[in-house]
Amino acid sequence: MFIRTLSSINRFSLLSILRTHSTTSNTTHFGFDEVPENEKQTRVNEVFSSVADSYDLMNDIMSFGIHRIWKDHFIRIVRPDPQWNYIDVAGGTGDIAFRYLKELDRYYPSAASSIPLSESPITPTHTYIADSLEQTRIRPTSKCVVADINPNMLAVGKQRSIDNNLHNRIQWIETNAEELPFEDEQFDVYTIAFGIRNCTHIDRVVSEAYRVLKKGGRFLCLEFSQVNNTLLRYFYDQYSKTFIPPMGQIIANDWKSYQYLIESIRVFPKQKEFAELIRSCNFRYVNYENLSFGVSAIHSGYKL
Amino acid sequence: MDRLYGTHKPTGLVQKSILAVGSGIMSIADPSRDDMISIFGETTGGLALKYMQEKMVIDPEGDRILKERPIINSKTVDLEYLKTLPIGTLGKTYSNFLGKYNLTPDARRPVSFIDDSELAYIMRRYREIHDLTHVTLGMPINMLGEVTVKWFEGIQYGLPMCVLGAFFGPLRLGPKHTAKYLHLTLPWIVRTARQSRSFMNVYFEKHWHKSLNEFRRELNILEPPPKI
Repeated sequence: MFIRTLSSINRFSLLSILRTHSTTSNTTHFGFDEVPENEKQTRVNEVFSSVADSYDLMNDIMSFGIHRIWKDHFIRIVRPDPQWNYIDVAGGTGDIAFRYLKELDRYYPSAASSIPLSESPITPTHTYIADSLEQTRIRPTSKCVVADINPNMLAVGKQRSIDNNLHNRIQWIETNAEELPFEDEQFDVYTIAFGIRNCTHIDRVVSEAYRVLKKGGRFLCLEFSQVNNTLLRYFYDQYSKTFIPPMGQIIANDWKSYQYLIESIRVFPKQKEFAELIRSCNFRYVNYENLSFGVSAIHSGYKL
Repeated sequence: MDRLYGTHKPTGLVQKSILAVGSGIMSIADPSRDDMISIFGETTGGLALKYMQEKMVIDPEGDRILKERPIINSKTVDLEYLKTLPIGTLGKTYSNFLGKYNLTPDARRPVSFIDDSELAYIMRRYREIHDLTHVTLGMPINMLGEVTVKWFEGIQYGLPMCVLGAFFGPLRLGPKHTAKYLHLTLPWIVRTARQSRSFMNVYFEKHWHKSLNEFRRELNILEPPPKI
């Protein structure tokens, strides 16, 4: 997995320089089409938006809109503070990060315009050979960082942040949650919502979270979990297996991903096991809170 | 249920119903979703596929197709060889057809929701010979041509998707095409569909070299109406 800093302004100006040198007129390529340059970004966004839109619609349909309540509750538990360095991992389209910033604005309205910059400069984009992994690590350039392994989701998130007027308050970074590019002890709060289930090594993700959190920092995870009530669990299973893959096929044209979704939910550790895993990565005061009878759960731990 | 073939996704009755209703609605709401049209065909075609299977088993060429299960894609069909055939042959006309409309024989969606291996193959074969049906009937890719082919397939195979397409497609025709459709094309295609051999029984790949006229005579296809 390659690790790149996506400081958006630098990247787009770099791209526009390449474009003007590789095409003869003020047009560029959008797939096989040739379009005016200023149209390309819009077209690109349309493509990404249509894919992400169906994912959002699927979330709404699968959970009957309840995922919004879960995420709102999650942010209330986080209780944002303007002095914090915050990172949301696997947060591609920005659902959690936007909620974080909006909650911040609600309680600290004056802070929105006076966010202090980080102390260190932006990482230079030239390449060099580093002697160790530690030398390649960077510091966050914003109080709110969104990290995701998938560039498409990040692109949608960036566009959404522009629409929501939150663009210049977020640093977007494309990275693997098991190997974050940040130096140790950079963040006060680390959140991961509905993402850790998709990671290959959950323990490595939690360990990385421990590494990048400051002392006193908090780890929070919102994820699907096990329904504790037997009868409810039966109906939940039937509902999942019967409805979710066909709806995924019809709405998102993707049976396989939603089949994977319902299977991965059942493979993921139960509430207590996941809490033990978090404890084994040296987090203290680990506990969890069930949402919707255990359909999802919020796990929390502190680095002390 | 276990997976019976490579692209098989086993589904229960409730799931098939959801897919049938959902894909039916989506096909009309968003015609660009061709996957919805094919899923609608798969989930509603059970009875028709069994009927097609019966007709194939009793015909020697059809039975051979069921045993050998030939596949039409760019790997199994030598498109270069087809280009070299004389004009007026089935192969050359097919090759021209693909080139004219910029099509490839690989564009057909795989079958997923049919829970019988042979019926799934029949559905696949039906999809793969669609372009050849166009060529043999002499129908272009425009709306009128597609509706005509749907009528033909609906009468010969009985698939609900074809029948629905045949009934509702003409609603979108312009006045000139509608007139031609009602007076010339429709009577011709209904007569042809009922008289000619079922195309599922035709081993097209063995007839590339044949002249198209001779091929049509063998299949008992009447002369198509003149172009506008």
